[in-house]
Amino acid sequence: MWESVKEFASEFFVTGDPLIYGADVSIVLSIIAIVSVLTYFKKWGWLWREWLTTVDHKKIGIMYILASVLMLFRGGVDALLMRAQLVMPEMQFLSGDHYNQIFTTHGVIMILFMAMPLMFGLFNVIVPLQLGARDVAFPFLNALSFWLFFSGAMLFNLSFVIGGSPDAGWLAYPPYSELAFNPGPGQDFYIWGIQISGIGSLMTGINFIVTILKVRAPGMTLMKMPMFSWSVLSSCIAIVFAFPILTVTLALLFIDRYLGGHFFTLDGGGNPMMYINLIWMWGHPEVYIIVLPAFGIFSEIVATFSRKKLFGYKSMVFAMIIISVLSFLVWAHHFFTMGSGADVNAFFAVTTMLIAIPTGVKVFNWLFTMFRGKITFETPMLWTVGIIPNFVIGGMTGVLLSVAPADFQYHNSYFLIAHFHQVIIAGVVFGFFAGLYYWWPKIFGFKLNERIGRWAFWLWNIGFYLCFMPQYALGLMGMTRRLYTYGWDKGWFEMNLVSTIGAVIMGAAFLVQIWDIAHSIKHMKRDTTGDPWNARTLEWSIPSPAPFYNFAVMPQVTSQDDWHERKLRIEQGLEKPAKVELEPIHMPKNSGIPIVMSMFWFFVGFGLIFDWLWMAVPGFISVIACMVVHSFNYDTDYYVTVEEIKRTEAEAGRVIT
Amino acid sequence: MKTSKTVRCMSFLFMFILLFLTTGCADNYIVLDPKGPIGEQQKDLMILSTLLTLIVIVPVLILTFVIVWRYRDRKGRKAKYTPDWEHSTKLEIIWWGIPIIIITLIGIVTVRYTYSLEPSKPLESEKKPITIQVTNLDWKWLFQYPEQGIATVNYVQFPEDVPVRFEVTSDAPMNSFWIPQLGGQIYAMSGMSMTLYLQADEQGEYMGSGANFTGKEFAKMFFTANATSQEDFDQWVNQVKHTSPELTLDGYKELTKQGTSDVRYFSAFPEGLYEMTVTKYAASHNHGLSTRVQPPARVKE
Repeated sequence: MWESVKEFASEFFVTGDPLIYGADVSIVLSIIAIVSVLTYFKKWGWLWREWLTTVDHKKIGIMYILASVLMLFRGGVDALLMRAQLVMPEMQFLSGDHYNQIFTTHGVIMILFMAMPLMFGLFNVIVPLQLGARDVAFPFLNALSFWLFFSGAMLFNLSFVIGGSPDAGWLAYPPYSELAFNPGPGQDFYIWGIQISGIGSLMTGINFIVTILKVRAPGMTLMKMPMFSWSVLSSCIAIVFAFPILTVTLALLFIDRYLGGHFFTLDGGGNPMMYINLIWMWGHPEVYIIVLPAFGIFSEIVATFSRKKLFGYKSMVFAMIIISVLSFLVWAHHFFTMGSGADVNAFFAVTTMLIAIPTGVKVFNWLFTMFRGKITFETPMLWTVGIIPNFVIGGMTGVLLSVAPADFQYHNSYFLIAHFHQVIIAGVVFGFFAGLYYWWPKIFGFKLNERIGRWAFWLWNIGFYLCFMPQYALGLMGMTRRLYTYGWDKGWFEMNLVSTIGAVIMGAAFLVQIWDIAHSIKHMKRDTTGDPWNARTLEWSIPSPAPFYNFAVMPQVTSQDDWHERKLRIEQGLEKPAKVELEPIHMPKNSGIPIVMSMFWFFVGFGLIFDWLWMAVPGFISVIACMVVHSFNYDTDYYVTVEEIKRTEAEAGRVIT
Repeated sequence: MKTSKTVRCMSFLFMFILLFLTTGCADNYIVLDPKGPIGEQQKDLMILSTLLTLIVIVPVLILTFVIVWRYRDRKGRKAKYTPDWEHSTKLEIIWWGIPIIIITLIGIVTVRYTYSLEPSKPLESEKKPITIQVTNLDWKWLFQYPEQGIATVNYVQFPEDVPVRFEVTSDAPMNSFWIPQLGGQIYAMSGMSMTLYLQADEQGEYMGSGANFTGKEFAKMFFTANATSQEDFDQWVNQVKHTSPELTLDGYKELTKQGTSDVRYFSAFPEGLYEMTVTKYAASHNHGLSTRVQPPARVKE
């Protein structure tokens, strides 16, 4: 009996690596710590009522952001481990297997469990406020999206200590990701972790399209909508078209692995190329999905901190829509070297380059928003200005890569690695950071410390250039990606060393940011104005943090930058704060179903990964049961009384008569 | 004086990057030091496209610094402030126009080169091309010389100034066959036979590698590509023919097992082995590139 338990445990848990044992211990310790703190302070009920069952878009957004920062930490540690292994030739720090697992989890986590939730977090906390709405179109669905993402992410991360991590790269190309070459459970963790969270992403996309199209404040026509909301709309449209492709692709891979299908195998007529086409039909739009909202963020920040109207609003909108359409016509540029022939390569090279045009136009428009403005350099603006040269260089190397015959030399080399890290870190991550610094006071009611924020900015940027500029050089030296070791004879030592130093500086920058948050919580000065940056859009017209019903009175929109115009009119004495009649507000009720249902999805995934049908089947039945229970729930909403609105507004320092 | 410090730091950073990219051992940049006609043209194309993009990038970078510097908010500022200026058709036409022109130029150049550098297109040469069949195995490269009747592992030799017709396939997860100094890579995929023409203009030993991840020891799939004189090549072939063992079908199966390998030479190999490898997976996907297709054959158990 004992022997069989031991045997099971040695296969079930990842063993044999001191790094993993260390992680095991720290995971157990932190779980114990969290449970004891919650029990000691009797916070379980509060946690359940206020957070786990919430359908408030702002709280869901905060949970997204929190989860994403945790994942940034995990993905960042992966990155540092890789850079440690590559710091010099013939390092013996990680084995080939372990290195492969680390670069795979690094890629998956950073794109799907860090960038995506950070983006969804910002969607959630900001978009309804910008639109003058009380909530998203489908609040229950929104909570379900979050919990599906969360259980998918947890499932994926579990592979680290249970069963073993996937090691086939972040896009899991077959046949290497098929059973024949990858028999362990790692690849199944990959499939189910992404599948479950991907369903959540698709639902978020639908939810925000409907929100933006249907629940804007009266008077806000589409062409008066703030630029961030426009970018969210174009990104969500891409989500709705791209994510079903991912779902199907992973389902087919699962059929191959679990039911002995032959869609992508080497034998039985399977064709791996099919997978590669499908995965990039999702994968390429995916990078535009995450970068478009960052464009929206830059547009908001540039206008606010230049004290000037956004230049070329219509061009911006047009450019974003073109980008989201073109993003679906470029996927084959990921495999110019797979022998598609000159016709195909020429077509995809040109469509890829075309994207540079609308992107370039946006950069010009940001520049000319600053032109003849009054620029101040608070942290959000500092990030935005820092991103421009960064993103421009990344865009340029993107055009270089799109030149198909030259790509035969860049493909799979470190030149490519440097390019996509430059656009994704400098474009997406830094862009979302800028957004976080900008909207932080709106979300939490206090500003982050400016001085520490500057430190973080400079460390991130210096670290970034040190880390990735040498990688362009390494690419031209013939170094290819995913190598876990290389010889002294290659001459790649110096550049790798510098690159690792840069990575360490970025790690330090992350810690400085965490310190910034901790320090600001301790020494915070409450923002009583609701509009600390003197900004321009509707979200700044209400107290910070926003009350749970957002707007006590629905705003009536008359122009772009409506809040800015209203401030001007009040200043000039043209408009007086009008007397308003408060009415009870219709709000959705909290629900425990999203978290419970996602937990059952977790069991379905876990059961299928280990081929435990006794777990997967009841899990799936419970998922269905949750749906049935919810469909019979008619008690989903309530009204906030006028007294409660008055009390809440008074607490936030606003008297409404 | 917060802002001026910002800008100073920025310019310092950029100087630093420039310094970085321009120093160091120049001969390490092997992609920019090609030794064959294909690599040569690819290098020209890389430089041309870089210059074209710089036409947009450099002014944008300069403009960024100038605007950020000039319009920063400070006391006694003389620069104009126009808070409601939000549109100028003239300016918008300019910056829709410039990228369109540049991208059109790059696009035209790209399309032309895409056709002329199509990897399966034979090279112009008076000399008859030599064929080398490349098979990607876990985790080693097998080279077969159908004309000479020899085979090698992780080492390939060919005469200089002679076009080499590489036929590339895979008997393992896909990899990518790359000799940076001779020209761009091509994927090695099972069930397909890809053609890549390369040529070395100079004698020398060049680094070759597998550029696409295939699992545990993929990092050890480097090989040497040695371009020698025709006499040395003939002599080498002769030597391999007379001093090395034969590659049998069983020996090949042994090679396909996962593991790394040292350089090895074989004086002969089973007839039609490469074609069997290709057709073993999917006869319909050889893209008509394999000229000596055998009747449907499977490696016999």
